[in-house]
Amino acid sequence: MTYTTAIFYFFAAILVFAGLRVITARNPVHAALYLVLAFFTAAGLWMLLEAEFLAITLVLVYVGAVMVLFLFVVMMLDINLEKLREGFWDYLPLAGFVAVLLVIEMALILGSRHFGLEVMGAPAPHAADYSNTKELGRVLYTEYVYAFELAAVILLVAIVAAIALTLRRRKDSKYIDPAEQVKVRRNDRLRIVKMQSTPKPGTGEGGA
Amino acid sequence: MENAGMDWTAIQAVVWTLIKILALVVPLMLGVAYLTYAERKIIGWMQVRIGPNRVGFQGLLQPIADAVKLLMKEIIIPSGASRGLFILGPILAIAPALAAWAVIPFTDSLVLANINAGLLYVMAITSMGVYGVIIAGWASNSKYAFLGAMRSAAQIVSYEIAMGFALVGVLMAAQSLNLTDIVHGQAGGLHHWYIWPLFPLFIVYLIAGVAETNRAPFDVAEGESEIVAGFHVEYSGMAFAVFFLAEYANMILVAALTTLMFLGGWLSPVTFLPDGIVWWLLKTGFVLFLFLWFRATFPRYRYDQIMRLGWKVFIPITLVWIVVVGGMMQTPYGYLFH
Repeated sequence: MTYTTAIFYFFAAILVFAGLRVITARNPVHAALYLVLAFFTAAGLWMLLEAEFLAITLVLVYVGAVMVLFLFVVMMLDINLEKLREGFWDYLPLAGFVAVLLVIEMALILGSRHFGLEVMGAPAPHAADYSNTKELGRVLYTEYVYAFELAAVILLVAIVAAIALTLRRRKDSKYIDPAEQVKVRRNDRLRIVKMQSTPKPGTGEGGA
Repeated sequence: MENAGMDWTAIQAVVWTLIKILALVVPLMLGVAYLTYAERKIIGWMQVRIGPNRVGFQGLLQPIADAVKLLMKEIIIPSGASRGLFILGPILAIAPALAAWAVIPFTDSLVLANINAGLLYVMAITSMGVYGVIIAGWASNSKYAFLGAMRSAAQIVSYEIAMGFALVGVLMAAQSLNLTDIVHGQAGGLHHWYIWPLFPLFIVYLIAGVAETNRAPFDVAEGESEIVAGFHVEYSGMAFAVFFLAEYANMILVAALTTLMFLGGWLSPVTFLPDGIVWWLLKTGFVLFLFLWFRATFPRYRYDQIMRLGWKVFIPITLVWIVVVGGMMQTPYGYLFH
């Protein structure tokens, strides 16, 4: 067993364990944290495949941003797992059927007849200074530029739609416009009144 | 990749790497210790106080005394806390703060791992630092800690976007993600540094860096006047000290990255003086001084002001400047942006 293979099995074991814990952990926060572990380990596996750009982006996007927001929400909610698990045995047959179907589909495609080492040999490892990121960028912006731009537009539409669906103006909001605050000048708030200083009757000149 | 199996050379490489990691972490921890001393002294002088001056000559042994004190103290785990995660919190805070240092170059040859996607790696690793804060806040099972964690999560995620866009500008100018190459792109003296063509991005990066490290005036996650000490209110002894170490290691990291990306790293500002690590230390020290100066100068931001600054000011600025840089590169004046 080579060093790389050993690392692969180590990562794979952690990944499977984390994946199982995501669905078996009783506490939703623990489950979300196991999902973080699963993402991170998957990134490690991608790194072994010399896909360093994808691996780092997986950590940056999913671990660094998506899961943080996920945890944010899960921590705020009061989730009762007992209630969620109520229908477990009713749904089990259907879920089992879907799972078996998935396994059969994957076996058909990923079997050794199509994906074995004879059909698809392991690619030759690249030199240490080979930049996966640069190659990916080059292909993305030349050959696949239309597909790439389309995907970007679809994402933009999704962002706009999500904001449009949730945006509401509250009537009782105490919103202050910072630009207005900055623009305020002394004369808008303060009125200086010029007055004649007149001595009180009786105490006037004589007192001084 | 090693294909010959776990033979003698592999073990040798591991041991050698461990020695190099130690050679990096020990000076870093010393730097953290004396940064706390510098902070207390400098802020002291700024406020016309003396600062620590009792332990050792001019108080120079104060950080050592503090470290020993924190080591001796008991770590109290609240009875309602989620035990495992409570201990995991500080670990997850310090691990990314140290791991990011693996790709930071100090000179042409002095770097632990000179990898191609160095900048991406730093961004990915530092984006994980927020877990320490969130987990600590949640596991403490205290409302103050939880409020601190929530504030911190929202703040860090918001400023990471502006920070990432600022780095995109650097990437465009240097045409490389390798930190050593980014510094080499700025060779030729003071006027070749990226701070000039990328000035708006430099400002955004610096301020977002202060926000990312939860430093004043962006320290709402701690906010001692509102939520006691925020996410680490339940921590004591060394567990608390680890959070402290992580914050200061992150500060030095942001200062080092600012130096590398905008201030020419180890390159000398004038061509008749040799390049060297001295310049790196001086520039990083200057950026760290700015951090301390900010803390002594500005009052804490209100939460909605923080969000507004991040989303409505910084992100548009970076987006516009990326377009400006990209557009200018197509004109005959493009050389100004390389």
